[in-house]
Amino acid sequence: MTDSTASDPAAEVLARCLALYEDMSFSRVRRWKEAHPGGLAIGALPIYVPRPLLEAMGCLPVSIFGGGDQLDVIRGDSYFQSYICRIPRSTLELAMGGQLDVLDGMLFPSICDVIRNLGGIWNMLFPERFTAYVDLPQNFDRDIGGRFYTGELRRIAAGLVGRGAKPPSDEELRAAIRRENSRRRVLSELSALRRREPWRLRASEAYLAARAGSVLEAQEHEAWLRELLAALERREARAYDNVRVVVRGAFCEQPPLGLIRTLEAAGCDIVDDDFQLGLHFIEGDIEEDSSIDPWTALSNAYLDRGVATSSRYIGEATKGDALIESVRAAAAEGVIFAAASFCDPALLDQPMLEAALDRQGIPHTSLKYAENSGQFQVIREQAGAFSDAVKLWGSAA
Amino acid sequence: MSNPAMTQSAQLEPAEKDQSQIEQKRMIADHFERLARAKAEGKKVVYTFVPGNLTELIGALDMLAVLPEINALQSGMRKKSAGYIAEAEKAGHSEDVCTYVKCDIGMLKSGNIGPTGTKLPEPDLLLLSYTGCFTFMKWFELLREEYKCPVVMLHVPYQTDGEITPEMREYIVRQLKDVVIPAMEQVAGKKLDMRELSRRLQLSHRAEDDLVAVWESARHRPSPIDGYFGGVYYVGPIFSAFRGTEDAVRYYQMLRAEVDERVRRKEGPMTPDGPAGEERFRLVVEGPPNWTSFLDFWRMFSREGATVVASTYTRVGGLYDKGFRHSPDEPLESLADYCLGCYTNLGLPTRTALLEDYIRRYEADGFLINSVKSCNSFSAGQLVMLRELEKRTGVPGGFIESDLVDPRYFGKANIENRLQSYLQMLEARRGRASA
Ligand code: SF4
Repeated sequence: MTDSTASDPAAEVLARCLALYEDMSFSRVRRWKEAHPGGLAIGALPIYVPRPLLEAMGCLPVSIFGGGDQLDVIRGDSYFQSYICRIPRSTLELAMGGQLDVLDGMLFPSICDVIRNLGGIWNMLFPERFTAYVDLPQNFDRDIGGRFYTGELRRIAAGLVGRGAKPPSDEELRAAIRRENSRRRVLSELSALRRREPWRLRASEAYLAARAGSVLEAQEHEAWLRELLAALERREARAYDNVRVVVRGAFCEQPPLGLIRTLEAAGCDIVDDDFQLGLHFIEGDIEEDSSIDPWTALSNAYLDRGVATSSRYIGEATKGDALIESVRAAAAEGVIFAAASFCDPALLDQPMLEAALDRQGIPHTSLKYAENSGQFQVIREQAGAFSDAVKLWGSAA
Repeated sequence: MSNPAMTQSAQLEPAEKDQSQIEQKRMIADHFERLARAKAEGKKVVYTFVPGNLTELIGALDMLAVLPEINALQSGMRKKSAGYIAEAEKAGHSEDVCTYVKCDIGMLKSGNIGPTGTKLPEPDLLLLSYTGCFTFMKWFELLREEYKCPVVMLHVPYQTDGEITPEMREYIVRQLKDVVIPAMEQVAGKKLDMRELSRRLQLSHRAEDDLVAVWESARHRPSPIDGYFGGVYYVGPIFSAFRGTEDAVRYYQMLRAEVDERVRRKEGPMTPDGPAGEERFRLVVEGPPNWTSFLDFWRMFSREGATVVASTYTRVGGLYDKGFRHSPDEPLESLADYCLGCYTNLGLPTRTALLEDYIRRYEADGFLINSVKSCNSFSAGQLVMLRELEKRTGVPGGFIESDLVDPRYFGKANIENRLQSYLQMLEARRGRASA
């Protein structure tokens, strides 16, 4: 036991999460495969894929967030123009370096042109591997979009069965939905704790805890999260006078951990964010009831309770309402827009969201990053000035 | 996302005008006049996008279409886009994103003066047909903030594997029946007459036949058309407000006859400097053109005797040369197939196969990718396509970078140097082959 573990009951579980975060060789996934002969590990790009379906088929869903700030991208760069964000190039670098050999397939959800075309690149460069595009409907009528989406789910499932996954029974699918709900309830508890006592669980720690779910099955992830929750209750923590902020725009390519920590060090308590949004994509539980067809339950959850984010059509809703609601629910004092450079969905959304915040007098600031950004001095100064202004005047002026 | 030309001003056109060009000019002028009178005459105006446009439906409901992409590219050609983009960036739009969107927003903020110098009517409906490009959705969300008018979405699934499944078709048809048409009827204040829709689809079919014959003419040597720079003029009517009209049928008959005549006389295409000289290079081009220096860009090719025999950009608003035609017998199903088949709605392997086919079919000496900064839908993956095409065909590829309507990203000297080196390489290769 290290000193920090002795003094901080959460240190050990957080250290485990950090080790997973830093492990670019996906050794945890390799271990899972050894323990589950015949089980498939299926990578998934952001934002959202229906993980319970994969688990019900005996597959391990593995969230792929590119190479972060730990990977030198050389080959990947030669496949993308300079004006394209970084996540596709580092993901390709991982594949070309063999780190993704452990995966038996990849899912590319329909969130933007880059991820969509990356799926096509995968088809061309790795034709022997299982690749599927997950075409999430933008029509949210159960009878129209829902029908299409359940068809999509069955098409993907059939493809996986063709690669050796087991066809999911309704009961297995329901069980996987229950496990997913259970994991997400603990995640919600952690989020609630972070809002209540942000000094007890920092955003950067919550980030690592959620990120562990990238390579763990729902049940195991839940166990880690519960362990963390219990440890946090014992943690000695002192309240400090930071500004409470919501972060938006970081739903796909992830900011480096250093950036999140920089915001914290600059006096910002991140009480709500859209990092790794996939885990939080459905608001509330997916229906578990045995009277409901579980395929339909997965589809309904996406249609009815998917979170408002840039890649999802908002229909008749008013742009920015969901963000304002989040600000209020988190009792936040301001919003930081943090988007990956060249991220079309985030950057095209931003002016509309900023306008909505302006109408409500909610202060905001914005910054851009790449997953491998290493210099945070400018961001620290900007975030520091923002938090000072909010503290002093209640605005970013 | 990027789109084709609907030309207005004489200075933007090839030196000598064919009859078809004069006809196209008249059609466009008429359309803008109708738009100018729309509000006074109680006509409803629908803003919509080129790929996946439902022009026959709009026409059958007696509404008028405005295509913001075309306004943007027109602004680019008329050297107004830089100012509009600056306006949008000043209002908080990122320098990283699509310049069509920023150009349109800037134009709106500057009074929404259209290509003919008159103010464009505000939309009564934003018809968001979501084909091939995610930015469309954001674009109309942004416009909705400005206009506060209804938006109706048609989500078109992506053809990842180059195949239209019954589920995809059914999904679109259901949306058309239950969501899109009712919303359009409500705005139009009238019911859709299916016979009128079918009649228009029949007209589309006829125009499409003639357009395909025009594309096919490029198999001749010399090619009587330039399928990229000239091609953007040819697709003007069919990609925009005229598909499904008698005007379009007449235009494409005229165009086809002119092209046939050039074939008979063994003439090459018209260029910005008059009739083309000797055809030295036959090229296939992938990616949209640059609009801010369109004629300069074209001249870089035409002055070197390089003719584009086929391009993918001219398939953005509809891919007809693989057999698809709108069908009066299955109106909604054929609209669905049309939307699904637009070029950027095809997976990269299908796009690559199409280019490979063009390179072989049109006996191209080379292929060139113009990668535009604005458009991830086109651009992400083009470097993989380049390698793959070289491998499959043995034909060398060239790669240049520019933008749609942001002049800051059109490096004339750089592009010209690259193009010339590329053409010299093709020449040297040809010399080695014949030695
Ligand atoms: S960072 Fe943005 S643009 Fe890049 S892949 Fe993700 S969502 Fe698409």
